[in-house]
Amino acid sequence: MSALLEVDGLSMSFGGLRAVSDLSFAVGEREILGLIGPNGAGKSTVFNLINGVFAPNAGRVMFHGADITGHAPYRVARAGLARTHQIVQPLPDLTVLENCTVGACFGREHLPLARARAVAREVATFVGLEDRLATPAAQLTIAGKKRLELARALAARPLLLLLDEVLAGLNPTEIARMLTVIRSIRERGVAILIIEHLMQAIMGLSDRIVVLNSGQKLAEGTPSEIANNPAVIEAYLGDPELAAKLHAGGAP
Amino acid sequence: MNTAATGAIVDDRPTPILRRPFFWIMALVIAAFVAAPLIGDNVELRESLLLAAVYITLASNLNLMLGYAGYINFGSIVFFGLGGYISVYLISALNWPLAAAELAAGIAVSLLALVFGLGILRLRGAFFALATSGINEGVQAFVANFEPWGGSAGLYLPTTIFAPLGGPMRALWVIYFLLVAVMGASLYLSYAVKTSKFGLGLMAIGQNEDAAVVLGVPAPLYKALAYSLSAFLPALAGGLYFFKSAFIQPADAFDLGLSTEAMVIVMLGGRGTITGAAIGAYLYEELRGFLLTSQTFSNFQLVVSGVLLLVIVLFVPGGLMGWIYGRWPRMKQVLE
Repeated sequence: MSALLEVDGLSMSFGGLRAVSDLSFAVGEREILGLIGPNGAGKSTVFNLINGVFAPNAGRVMFHGADITGHAPYRVARAGLARTHQIVQPLPDLTVLENCTVGACFGREHLPLARARAVAREVATFVGLEDRLATPAAQLTIAGKKRLELARALAARPLLLLLDEVLAGLNPTEIARMLTVIRSIRERGVAILIIEHLMQAIMGLSDRIVVLNSGQKLAEGTPSEIANNPAVIEAYLGDPELAAKLHAGGAP
Repeated sequence: MNTAATGAIVDDRPTPILRRPFFWIMALVIAAFVAAPLIGDNVELRESLLLAAVYITLASNLNLMLGYAGYINFGSIVFFGLGGYISVYLISALNWPLAAAELAAGIAVSLLALVFGLGILRLRGAFFALATSGINEGVQAFVANFEPWGGSAGLYLPTTIFAPLGGPMRALWVIYFLLVAVMGASLYLSYAVKTSKFGLGLMAIGQNEDAAVVLGVPAPLYKALAYSLSAFLPALAGGLYFFKSAFIQPADAFDLGLSTEAMVIVMLGGRGTITGAAIGAYLYEELRGFLLTSQTFSNFQLVVSGVLLLVIVLFVPGGLMGWIYGRWPRMKQVLE
């Protein structure tokens, strides 16, 4: 198996709190790996450790054959790993087009400005923001900002995309649109590591799922394996009936 | 919605500079600076415009940090003062010609700024602002105790220094035109940075540094480069300004008041805008000239600039250009 991202023995503490503890998993080429777990399980911290916002206390992050452990986020971005934020982080006074251009200019391909602008236009269209190119990011709706996060990350032409709750706060129509976009991203050959609380969505999207609980890996497997795993049902879902329902929804 | 994904990528080039109205507006301004005092040999106007050119230079370069990258630099005047000291020293002690001394001063100050920048730009927000004013105070204290540069008494240039430029009267004109050239270069630099990938990176930093870094903007390097770049032309302006005075002392060279005035100008005109820095500087110079002739207060303009800064920050944070863009959004296509 050719792993694009390999996380090995990752640990991180904040003060006395062990946010992530001895976590290992891998994301293969073109794979969608779901990362789930209750609030405070350490999911976003894992993202921050992978893309270099924090340097881990222990462990290694290998990406595309290189050790990127503790590299600054801008180096990780350039290596081809892009991410979105759980709490949207637009560049508020810059337009949608400019926001995306930043992604293209400083991402994996490090495009010159003119080419970056063309890529920006293309990804903005891809996520459905083609009518808002000249709109300052601050003026977008929350759904618009979420799509902008995604477009900006895509503009970097990443090999791996980390999606942190891109569906949170969206209405059902918007969620359906976003899911279509995410699926077509994978069709473009981009691997995806996704954090999501919306069970039905993540069970349907993911090839495999890793379950985190209190910073530790509780389980790993296909969506149906996860839904049937007694430990997961016990610790996370808490409700066998709900698990059965999800299993039905997530079956291929 | 996802069919566009396969579309061929073509270049998306901006309008070339010569076809932008902004370029011609700036060219006209520079032409006016050159021509106006020549009409009737108006020395008084020349002196007023010379100060305006210095203000525009300081404000435009400060704008690279304050307007684009969003970093408050309280000590921008240190570049001006150090540039003055280095070139005056090279001319007086080592008999360097003006051009060589200017160039050396510009390069030395930029390099020094790069070193400072790599150090202090790890700081953010208020801590960075404090560090910049600390640098200015530190350099001033150093120079005031540095005997080769005359300590607190400063350095003088003999009047014979103007001989190579054709005597004092002609030298003042030459210096004026050189300062206008430095001003023009500052405006062009602001424009070139703003329309470049580097400038986009700086503006991303100014908007949200954490997000910019995650998007791949190498913020520590970019900030240090901007800080260093914003030092070069003010150092040249300082060199010319103090060459003209034929005298430099620490209190004049590292006057924090001038730093503050540069910030007021950027905020008055509208931070991040090139036109704003230019108009703000011109307006401020006019206001200052008016207030200086008041007999009641000396340095009354500093009182006014303090109040002005407060009013702008509280009520018109976008400054003059922000207000204009708000009323006439189409002006964004015309001005920068």
